[in-house]
Amino acid sequence: MHEMALAEGVISVIEDAARAQGFNRVRTVWLEIGRLAAVEPAALRFSFDVVKRGTIADEASIEFVDVPGQAWCMKCGDTVAIDERGAACPACGSYQLQVAGGEDMRVKELEVV
Amino acid sequence: MHEHDEHEHGEPAHTHVHADGTMHSHVHTGSHEHDHHHHHAGDAIDYGAGPAHSHAPGMSQARMVQIERDILGKNNALAADNRRFLAEHGIFAVNLVSSPGAGKTTLLVESIKALQGTLAVAVIEGDQQTSFDADRIRATGVRAVQINTGKGCHLDASQIGHALEHLAPADDSVLFIENVGNLVCPAAFDLGEAHKVVVLSVTEGEDKPLKYPDMFAASSLMLLNKIDLLPHVNFDVKRAIEYARRVRPGIEVLEVAATRGDGMTAWLAWVKRGVEAARERRRDDVARLKRRVAELEAAAATKA
Repeated sequence: MHEMALAEGVISVIEDAARAQGFNRVRTVWLEIGRLAAVEPAALRFSFDVVKRGTIADEASIEFVDVPGQAWCMKCGDTVAIDERGAACPACGSYQLQVAGGEDMRVKELEVV
Repeated sequence: MHEHDEHEHGEPAHTHVHADGTMHSHVHTGSHEHDHHHHHAGDAIDYGAGPAHSHAPGMSQARMVQIERDILGKNNALAADNRRFLAEHGIFAVNLVSSPGAGKTTLLVESIKALQGTLAVAVIEGDQQTSFDADRIRATGVRAVQINTGKGCHLDASQIGHALEHLAPADDSVLFIENVGNLVCPAAFDLGEAHKVVVLSVTEGEDKPLKYPDMFAASSLMLLNKIDLLPHVNFDVKRAIEYARRVRPGIEVLEVAATRGDGMTAWLAWVKRGVEAARERRRDDVARLKRRVAELEAAAATKA
């Protein structure tokens, strides 16, 4: 599963930050995961628990911050909230939507010691 | 006084939280100089306000550190490096994705045969194991590098970077990257390609674009393959295209049968247009550099 590669990406971001900002241990990692992002949070949590061993995030736990999906509805001429790709506009039912947000996966912040 | 370290460009403002609970923000104006210093006059350092609510000598207090970094940042940076390399050499790179057995390798073999002599081609193959696909490509006389991902389910930019070093593709050529057969994972990984092209065969069912939306959303072109089998399967072509357009408005669609030849002319015309665009961009870049060098030389000459 590619969540393993993503978990390694999280560790990499954390290690870069540790070098830059000078901390020794991570207690909590807040991950912002867009509802349209290509990742399954439970699998990511599982993968993270595996790859964190032996790193400064060895005992860190993950908290997910949900980011809603957004799309531009060409018919409404407005931004609307969507829960998944291929969904219809909740306001007018059109499928002419362009995804505008909720696709990203970010390390938002860390609680460190 | 404290220094600030690396943070992402494009953030209009962000805040830093200190252990004592104070926050300060930065607004980024034009320049992205990050070596700025701050001085907080009269800060009260209150050990009682931290999460531990007391200060035990010798124990560090927990603090929050703002990161705001894309998890895929490293892969995206390597993909950008690949993209830069390809642009410098005028190479048009296509990332072919599909489920296993949709016909990517056969499509490539037939495309190479049809392009023989008119265009330089190089191929990067991705599979968990074996070099079967690279062998089939090499049998056509074209150079191929096989990446075996082992347990890995997708190609990433780092692997492509290394493969490019081995392959050393020719200037103004086309590079086909055949990804691991997988309709899920490769969608998230930019390799530095110009386009992702998704191959959906008519034996797979017209509902796949909605069932696997990330891959179709990430693709510029959908090749509906094996159309010679349409008389033998229940495949609704119109619905497949409608579903693909729902998750990727404006996606181009071409119907092909790689073994029988249907639609191959249109597909190869798409490839040739991409190659020509990459060549032109490189010519423009070179011309611009030459002009710049001429300007600098003229300026230097007048000073002398």
